[in-house]
Amino acid sequence: MVPYEYLGMVLSGKSLYRMAHNERFKMHLKTIKNVMKKLKKDRFLLLFFFSGFFLVAFVFVTLGDMFYRQTGDMPALIGAAKNSTILTAIWISISAASVSALIAFIFGVPLAYILARKDFAFKSVIEGIIDIPIMIPHVVAGIALYGVFMRSGIIGAPFGKLGIVFVDAFPGIVAAMLFMSLPYLVDTAREGFKTVDPRLENVSRSLGASQWTTFRKITFPLASPSIFNGCILCWARGVSEFSAVLIIAYFPKSAPVMIYDLFTMYGLTSSRPASILLVSICLVIFIILRASKHGEKR
Amino acid sequence: MITVKNLQRKWKEFHLKDINLTIEKGEYFVILGPTAAGKTLLLELIAGFYIPDAGEIWLHGDNVTTATPEDRKVGFVYQDYALFPHFTVKENVEYGLRIKKIPKDKINKESQAMMDLLGITYLKDRYPATLSGGEKQKTAIGRALMLNPHILLLDEPLSALDARTKAGLQDELKKIHNESDITIIHVTHDQTEAMIMADRIGIMMEGQIVQTGTTHEIFNTPKNRMIADFVGTENVLEGHISKKIDGLAIIDTGSNEIFAISDLETGSKVHVFIRPEDIIISKETQQTSARNKLKTKIKKIIHLGAIVRIELDNELVAFTTKQSAEELKLNIDEHIYVSFKTTAVHTVGR
Repeated sequence: MVPYEYLGMVLSGKSLYRMAHNERFKMHLKTIKNVMKKLKKDRFLLLFFFSGFFLVAFVFVTLGDMFYRQTGDMPALIGAAKNSTILTAIWISISAASVSALIAFIFGVPLAYILARKDFAFKSVIEGIIDIPIMIPHVVAGIALYGVFMRSGIIGAPFGKLGIVFVDAFPGIVAAMLFMSLPYLVDTAREGFKTVDPRLENVSRSLGASQWTTFRKITFPLASPSIFNGCILCWARGVSEFSAVLIIAYFPKSAPVMIYDLFTMYGLTSSRPASILLVSICLVIFIILRASKHGEKR
Repeated sequence: MITVKNLQRKWKEFHLKDINLTIEKGEYFVILGPTAAGKTLLLELIAGFYIPDAGEIWLHGDNVTTATPEDRKVGFVYQDYALFPHFTVKENVEYGLRIKKIPKDKINKESQAMMDLLGITYLKDRYPATLSGGEKQKTAIGRALMLNPHILLLDEPLSALDARTKAGLQDELKKIHNESDITIIHVTHDQTEAMIMADRIGIMMEGQIVQTGTTHEIFNTPKNRMIADFVGTENVLEGHISKKIDGLAIIDTGSNEIFAISDLETGSKVHVFIRPEDIIISKETQQTSARNKLKTKIKKIIHLGAIVRIELDNELVAFTTKQSAEELKLNIDEHIYVSFKTTAVHTVGR
């Protein structure tokens, strides 16, 4: 029995008596008691532990409850996993987020480096512009994007001549995801570059390396953990984008749009399996990416 | 030869003002100055990490003022070594050669020879984070020397090391310098280090080179009171030339009359500098060639290991060895005689 199962039992009102007499439960309780005993010695850590635990519990209970409720209707979950429309929507979300993360990486890393290394006029204005997508409501971002990327928009029109359409098309989803997620990459990469001592670059150049070679061999590898984290955050933010995507590209349906449709048309029971599927796939990718980075670090 | 002409650069709180410097080929030149004098900035300008606001830098006959660091062929070692943390010792040492795309076997051979020379071969697979200060410094020096630079710039290279490691590395640097025709500019705030290492010294204060000269010139004839204070001339007295006899000036400092060699006119107000190690202490008046013989009283005795610092009632400070102090059986408030030669007295107008 794992902790969320206890939680499930409590939430579903199952026998607390049965749970209290479960041997493994008693063992877990003992471990928790030991940890608490140690923490009691340090009230400062105890306070921080509980304030942090509140956030973890908030996320865990919300998602855990969704997963637990679905365990009562496994055929629906299996059905969703076999449903090509749902799988296509998830694929669209994942692939569009990957393309947007790649574009953010290509253009964001040089910008992050400049912001980390150089002081220049209006630097704080540029930093503010980059962070605007974090501040504005996503619907507002969607409306702004629609205006720019529609067929007569300042970006949409020239691209339209090249045969690239954004409204109700895959490039539109990418554009919306890119707009909403680029601050995460730029900000994280900038902080990463700041941790690399500029004197390492100086020494590298005194040893005959050009600026480009120095960046490739010294700066980028040393800042790469932060850049990698930025890419993951950027990608994850892209996958989860809904409002902006909904306005610029209702079709082809990305996973959040598809799930919202299912919810409004058929209710909670129909939208939950697709949601669980999306969360599970993203979670697996997230864990693999984090684990690969951790392994590399070691 | 390194020539710096009217160099100026403003950067954050530092401001280099009109730096002029000529350093001969093969010279070991030490830039000595207090913290925040702009020493590192000057070195970084010579290396090409920054472009000056005004002035010129010439390296071996070429004007390199706006040249990139990679084109200057200058080795650079920072105070905290700046080793590449993601490379091993061997990879750090080989970095310059790898950039030049030299064949692997040649790189291996040359890096092995360099690591052998510096005695760091056993560390070759270790990462910088696992090295001691001395090991890091040797790696940084090895890395800088691998490309056989004509010029090596050392920014406080020994300041973070313990006394023993420091002494070892001083010998190592001297050896490297003597066995090649490399020009070294070594920045430090440590006077002893400057005295040991330098062929010539440049004193840098508040963004300016205020005096250059040999070790003897800098430490015995400082140009002004500020330099004298910095280079440890503890006896800095104010006075005026009361009269001149046979080319010798008699300086009245209020508490003493001091004989000195000076070109200044009678009546001139002067600063008098006497290094504490030039003052000889005795219990009885002695027949010596020293013109300056003063009777005074001991105010304070401070033991500094092998050296004893004696503060006297007449504002002077003298150094003597521990052995001499023990032999003389010096006591506080005891009357003694101090003597010093006129050549040990340096005067400058004020």
